[in-house]
Amino acid sequence: MEILSVKGVNKRFGGLKALDDVNLSIEQGHVHAIIGPNGAGKSTLLNCFVGRLIPDTGSVTFLGKDLIGAKPHEINQAGVSRVFQTPEIFGDLTLQENVMIPTLAKRDGAFTMNAWARVDGQGEIRDKAMHMLEDVGLADKKDMTADSLSRGDKRRLELAMCLVQDPKLLLLDEPTAGMSRADTNNTIDLLKRIGERGITKIVIEHDMHVVFSLASKISVLAQGTVIAEGQPEDIKGDPRVQEAYLGGAHV
Amino acid sequence: MMTKISPRSDLLMLVLFTAAILTMPIWLAPIGAGYPDLLQKFAIFGLFALGFNLLFGLTGYLSFGHAAFLGIGSYAAVWSFKLLGMNPIPALLFSVVFSSLFAVAIGYISLRRSGIYFSILTLAFAQMSYNLAYSVLTPITNGETGLRVLQSDPRLFDSTSEASGPLISNLFGIEMTGYSGFYFCAVLLIIGFYISQRIFRSPFGMMLRAVKSNQNRMSYTGLNTRPYTLAAFIISGTFAGVAGSLLAVTDPLAGAERMQWTASGEVVLMTILGGAGTLLGPILGAGLIKYFENIFSAYNEQTLHAIFSFLPDFMEGAVVSLASLFVGEGWHLTLGLLFMVIVIFLPGGIMEGFNRITKLFRRRPSRVGKRTGHSHSPASANAAE
Repeated sequence: MEILSVKGVNKRFGGLKALDDVNLSIEQGHVHAIIGPNGAGKSTLLNCFVGRLIPDTGSVTFLGKDLIGAKPHEINQAGVSRVFQTPEIFGDLTLQENVMIPTLAKRDGAFTMNAWARVDGQGEIRDKAMHMLEDVGLADKKDMTADSLSRGDKRRLELAMCLVQDPKLLLLDEPTAGMSRADTNNTIDLLKRIGERGITKIVIEHDMHVVFSLASKISVLAQGTVIAEGQPEDIKGDPRVQEAYLGGAHV
Repeated sequence: MMTKISPRSDLLMLVLFTAAILTMPIWLAPIGAGYPDLLQKFAIFGLFALGFNLLFGLTGYLSFGHAAFLGIGSYAAVWSFKLLGMNPIPALLFSVVFSSLFAVAIGYISLRRSGIYFSILTLAFAQMSYNLAYSVLTPITNGETGLRVLQSDPRLFDSTSEASGPLISNLFGIEMTGYSGFYFCAVLLIIGFYISQRIFRSPFGMMLRAVKSNQNRMSYTGLNTRPYTLAAFIISGTFAGVAGSLLAVTDPLAGAERMQWTASGEVVLMTILGGAGTLLGPILGAGLIKYFENIFSAYNEQTLHAIFSFLPDFMEGAVVSLASLFVGEGWHLTLGLLFMVIVIFLPGGIMEGFNRITKLFRRRPSRVGKRTGHSHSPASANAAE
């Protein structure tokens, strides 16, 4: 079943054509990787999915719901969560609070005036958050301030914040950028374990090691258009992909 | 660090706070602050700062026009006295209604921007209110003379009472001046503190701290930040309105200068001085500023001569003339110095100072107990944070 459908998306920044008639179809339960050289428009495309950018033309439909023009919080409430390239977390708050907030957002919706109850009285929410922190291996740091974490831990925290909401679609923007090989492998294992929950994922990644260990389908983006699409094995041998990565006609 | 927060520790905090506030006339007497007029100010401005802190301390939105709500609360209260009589209860209700209505309008527009632009917008609204009250709306506010209750006003519920002497607000026969006035304000401060404590500990309060921390993440977590900030702004404005109405209850007079930007700046100072984002800090800051304002400004050269009389004559003259710059009219200079010292050395305000001191005392026994493990104790102290 198709969970996200992208049709004819165009986006211009002044004279630069960042996205040029992009068509994508994401199947439910799959891990769909989007790869491409720097400046290919991968992050721009992702920004169009979560309401950060509005494409000039084209449509983005998530489970039959039009996402164009929807506010970021509405898109999230519909079931799309996103992990950013640089971790976006609540730096001043503790890890436990960081994970409790998305849990509450999932339960209570975009706004609830819950000003009389106590946070420490929300047992169910806290248990769920703690469970999630255990899953990503951060449970023993639950009372630390999020800003004091290492970059790898921040990213795992952000992932926990997204996963605790049980999203239908998870967008990952370079989840292992700047990580050591060991951390990268840990993250791959974590993402594989998430895969068992049946969450559909879109991964943007430079690291081919990560891409080929996770993806069930790959789209290659270059100069704002999808130049190749298919199973990992087909993509590996595709001459157009090698050309886009190693230079050639466009340089 | 601090003991774990639990419903029990919060109850203890509330009980201690209540006891401390109600016994203020006793324990503030030795430092010369135990008289009712100043005690009333402590309670009223404590409440004002408490409300301001709910906005600034939790969400980080720095309103620079909060005095507008103080003024609106005062005018609403005086109008309630004029129309309904001198009972403070309807006056409080009146100011709650009007200040929250104004907060909805001002907040709705100002919260479209954040950071410095938000501050400028609120400042503009407050100056507009001030100028309207000062001149344009004279029929309602009585302009620069200030609004007062007159014998000829309708005062529906107590116009029958004998009309002699100045009109004083009274709660079913208890006159709202002196100590009874203070206790009325103190009860409201305690209620305000309780509400503030509930908000701090609630999921709503956690969301407000999330607004301060990362609004981007909040939107992508499915939370709409706008209603959260607006709700905080309205609650905060209503606190200021109640504080304004208490000013009118203890002295039934409302003037436009109450809305001026200096008054808005003062509450910012109080909150930062005490510790923004802490429960008790703003009340301490308010107390400290009001104390300085009243005590230091009352000093003059004669009192200084009395203080420094132990010095030899040639030094006494010099010291007194130097010290006199910082008292009397110049008390702002003392306040400015104090503010600089606090902001530079204790960015978290007085509360940070307290926390550091308690930490110092907690660390010491562990050092004495572990004489051999010298390198161990800093590490364990760090882990405890």
